[in-house]
Amino acid sequence: MRKFNITPSFEVKSIIQLYAKWIREGRLPVSSDWNKDLKVKFTVQDPCQLVRKSFGDPVADDLRFVIKACVGEENFVDMYPNKSNNFCCGGGGGFLQATGFQEQRRQYGKVKLNQILETGAQYCITPCHNCHSQIHDLSEYYEGGFHAVHLWTIICLSMGVLGENEREYLGDDLREIGL
Amino acid sequence: MSQNALKIGRGDKKSTFMEKVMEILPEGGNLNLCLTCGACSSGCPASGIEGMDPRKFLRMAALGLDEEVTKSGWVWCCTQCRRCVHACPMNIDIPRLVYYARQSWPREERPKGIRGSCDMALKTEGNSAMGANSEDFKFVVEDVLEEVRETQPKFKDLQVSINRKGAKYFLNQNSREPVTEPDEMVPLWKILHTVGADWTYSTQGWAAENYCMFLSDDEAWEKIVRNKVEAVEKLGCKVWLNTE
Repeated sequence: MRKFNITPSFEVKSIIQLYAKWIREGRLPVSSDWNKDLKVKFTVQDPCQLVRKSFGDPVADDLRFVIKACVGEENFVDMYPNKSNNFCCGGGGGFLQATGFQEQRRQYGKVKLNQILETGAQYCITPCHNCHSQIHDLSEYYEGGFHAVHLWTIICLSMGVLGENEREYLGDDLREIGL
Repeated sequence: MSQNALKIGRGDKKSTFMEKVMEILPEGGNLNLCLTCGACSSGCPASGIEGMDPRKFLRMAALGLDEEVTKSGWVWCCTQCRRCVHACPMNIDIPRLVYYARQSWPREERPKGIRGSCDMALKTEGNSAMGANSEDFKFVVEDVLEEVRETQPKFKDLQVSINRKGAKYFLNQNSREPVTEPDEMVPLWKILHTVGADWTYSTQGWAAENYCMFLSDDEAWEKIVRNKVEAVEKLGCKVWLNTE
């Protein structure tokens, strides 16, 4: 908006900031109890637009706070580098839509693939649509064996309110949890 | 035996691509401050693709190799993620140089998929890059909501408003959900319901995405942003809330 000299009468926020706030205020009753014995490991992709380009490390910390509350601190494995230093997954900038550049996009994504594989996590939480599409594709194409899930899926799972039709991106290990 | 000497510098006064970009950017994007350290390239996932990397791109631009720089397919492989700027000790704005290199391509030669996504967004009231019209968006939302209310007793009172004036949050939604995986909207609604958030969707400017920016089409980008701002202001919402 600054580029076009627009002074809006409203604020711009990411829902990630609110998820963290709501959990801190006790309004979002998430719990990691479901994962106490299962010990399913999660990592997270820092969306460039959200972190590096908009709100910086504070929102990356909010993101981790939310995830740890949902899956258990001991079950979160950060990738390296992370937060503002994290690498782009290769789904941004129109790359997913750029006709004729699929091979290059997957080559670009190898960096992200290896970062995720090194964490050993079964799930990569992708709180951005382009990241979700790209990381999902990387796992399938390179047979990475990990799942790419939206953050809201994990929040609802950890509140025990995730419906049967809302589990498209969960693996068999979590398909039945809390149903 | 000997080759002709390489001419350095330019005979004419015609400004190069990089000089033109420097005139547009605040502080000239610091484009002439490069120390050639390579911190940009060493942390760029696009390094090596199309035989290019950020440092090489900038150095070539500085040398006035305009054609080679602007026409490189690499400009569509850089995601403008800004990690190079973050790593750069001189805060050089290479992604903006890429932005203008993209812009130097005739619009019809820019990648069809990005162009199509931008054009769809321009054509629809909701700015949906997938071309979903707002009636369909509204229908899908209401249809999914009804099913959840009927089949999930805990959420028989689940609410979703559309175009509700005075709501605190104006929530946008990536077109992918209503178009290809509508059930993915439900967990989001449940979270908002649980905390009792005061939120609304809008039929105007509801789509979260904006590919006109990545197409480097300034005019279209501005049009989309203005339509969305107007939508939020019309409903008098305090916060434009992104789902990501």
